[in-house]
Amino acid sequence: MTDTAVKVPSSPPRRRGRRRITFDKASFMLVFLGLPLALFLGLVVWPILQAFWYSLTDWSGFSSTMNFVGLRNYRTLFTDDVFMKAVRNNVLLALVVPFVTIVLAFTLATMVTIGGSSRGAVRGLRNSDFYRIISFFPHVIPAIIIGLLWAQMFDPSSGLLNGVLTKVGLSGFDSYPWLGDTRTAMPVSMFVIVWGFVGFYMVLFIAAIKGIPAELYDAARIDGAGRLRMAFSVTIPMVRDTVQTAYIYIGIFALDAFVYMTALNPNGGPENSTLTMSQDLFNTAFAKGRFGLASAMGVVMALATLAFAALVFSVNWLTGGGRRARR
Amino acid sequence: MTATTTRKAPAPPAPARPAEARGDRGVAVVSHTVLAIWTVLIIVPLLWTLLSSFKTTSEIFASPFSLPKDWNFDNYVSAWTTAGIGRYFVNTVVVVGCALVIVMILGAMCAYVLARYRFFGNRFIYYLMLAGLTFPIFLAIVPLFFVLRNLGLLNTLPGLIIVYVAFALPFTVFFLHPFFRALPNEIGEAAEMDGCGEWRKFFQVMLPMARPGMAAVAIFNFLGLWNQFLLPVALNTKKDNYVLSQGMAEFASQAGYNVNFGRLFAAVVIMILPVAIVYILFQRQLQGSVTQGPMH
Repeated sequence: MTDTAVKVPSSPPRRRGRRRITFDKASFMLVFLGLPLALFLGLVVWPILQAFWYSLTDWSGFSSTMNFVGLRNYRTLFTDDVFMKAVRNNVLLALVVPFVTIVLAFTLATMVTIGGSSRGAVRGLRNSDFYRIISFFPHVIPAIIIGLLWAQMFDPSSGLLNGVLTKVGLSGFDSYPWLGDTRTAMPVSMFVIVWGFVGFYMVLFIAAIKGIPAELYDAARIDGAGRLRMAFSVTIPMVRDTVQTAYIYIGIFALDAFVYMTALNPNGGPENSTLTMSQDLFNTAFAKGRFGLASAMGVVMALATLAFAALVFSVNWLTGGGRRARR
Repeated sequence: MTATTTRKAPAPPAPARPAEARGDRGVAVVSHTVLAIWTVLIIVPLLWTLLSSFKTTSEIFASPFSLPKDWNFDNYVSAWTTAGIGRYFVNTVVVVGCALVIVMILGAMCAYVLARYRFFGNRFIYYLMLAGLTFPIFLAIVPLFFVLRNLGLLNTLPGLIIVYVAFALPFTVFFLHPFFRALPNEIGEAAEMDGCGEWRKFFQVMLPMARPGMAAVAIFNFLGLWNQFLLPVALNTKKDNYVLSQGMAEFASQAGYNVNFGRLFAAVVIMILPVAIVYILFQRQLQGSVTQGPMH
C-alpha cells in the first residue's frame, strides 16, 4: 500500500519551476493526489495483488494457516467439471451476446439515421425520436430488476409469455419452464441481457453515425450506392473504433454476467446450464469458504477478460482497422 | 475509402432512379416496423409489471392478462414496510449519495493533478488507473472482504461507501482527465497573478469550468452505483444495512416460498419508478452524456 504512494507527492509540479515548495502547494498535492491514490491503492490495487498470491495457497479464510500450494488450485479448477462448465458458458456468452447486441443495435441505429428520404441530403427516419427514447430506457433500470422482471415474464404458469403462446393456440407451451429447461435456459438468459444492452449501444451508434461527414454519403449516393451499400461501405468502416470499444465493453459484461444470471437462475440453472464463473467464484468463496480456490477463479476470469480484449483488438486489426489514417 | 472494403454488398433495394420515392416508402415502412417491434418488446414487459403490481397473488395465477379487481396500493404498502424496501431505499440513498459526492470530488482532484501537473510517475499512475478499470471486480472481491474486515468496516455503510468510491474512482479520473487537459492555461495563470493559491485556483476557477464533464460523469456514476450488486452482496451482509439491489434479490428468492407475487411486482415498480421519472425529465442530457463519454 505504501510502496508506490509515497514517492509521488514529494516531487513538486515542474510546470512552475521557479516557485518554491510552499505549504499551499505541498498540502495541495498531498490531498489532491495522495488521498484518491491511497483509496485506489488500498481498496483496488492491493486486493488485486493479494488475489494473485491467495490463488497459490490453500487458505480457507478464517483459519490462520495458509500453505503455499503452487499451481494446485489451478489444476483443481481445470479438472473440476462444474467450473469447466461455467467456463464454457462464459465463452458462449462472450461469443453470442456482444455479436447479437451490436448487430441489433447497429441495424436499429442505421434505420434511424439513414432510413429517411433519399432525395437531397441523407436524413434520418421521420419521428424516430420516440423509438430512440424508449429503446434507451432499459439502460437506466437496475440490472437486478431487469432480471427479476423477465424471470416473471418467463414464469411457467403465471408469466406473460406462456399466456400469450397458449392464447394463440400453442398449447404445448402451457407451463413450459423456459428457465428450467436445459435447452432454453441459456438462450433465454442471453435474450434478457441483450434486451438490457441494445438501447445504450443504439444511442451510441446513432451518435457515431451522425458524426460521419455528410459528404461521404452524398458521394456514395452519386456513385449509385443504395442504403445497404452505404451501410456496409461508408458507415461500418467509419464507426469501426466505436464497434471495437462496444465489443470489448459488452464482452467484459458477458464474462461477468453475475447480476443477470443470479436474478434469472440463482443456482446456476438446470444442470448448471447457466452457471457462470462469477457465480461459481461467489459460492466457492462466501458459501464454501475456499478462498484460495476462489481467488484462482478470479485470476482465470481476469485472464479471460484480457484474452477477450486482445482477441477483439487483433480481429479488428487483421480485418483492416487501425491501419487507416484518421480523417 | 471504398477501396478498403472488399465485402460484396447485396443488391441495393432502390431499383431505378425515377422510382426512388417508392423505394423510400418501402424502406421507411420496414424501418418503422422493425423499430416498432423492438419498442413493443421494451414497453410490454414494463406495462405488464405495472398492471400485475395491483393484482393479488391469486389473480396473478388466474390469468396473466386479467385486470386487477380493485385498484389499490396494498401491495406497495406491504412491499415498502413488511418487506423492508423502504429501509433499503433509505440505505441506498445514503450510500449512493455519499459515495457519489466523495468520488466526484476526489476524482476531479486526481484528474486535475494528473492532467495539468508534470511530475515523476504521472503517466504510471494514469495507466495504473486504466488497468484498474479493466480488471474484473471479482478478482479483488475475496481479499477486499478481508481488508474491510481488518479495518472493522465489513457490513457497515461507511465501509460500503469507501469501496464504492474506490471502484468508481478510475472511471471518474479517466473520464475527467481530457476535460481538465483541455482547459486554457491563461485563466489559471491569471488566477495565479491575482495571488490565487493552488486550492482556490482549483475550486474557484478550474472546477467550475469543467462542469459539463462533471455532469456527464456524475450521471454515469449515479447509475453505476445505484445498480451495484456484487459489492453489497459480498461485503454488506447484515440485513439492516441492505441496499435496494440486494434487498430485491433476497426478496425475490423469498417470494419463491411465500409466493406473494403481487408484492414482488410492486417492489419492482418501486425501483423502476424513480429512474423512469428522472429519465423522462433528463433523457436528452442522459443520451448526450453517452456520446460525450470515453466510449468512442
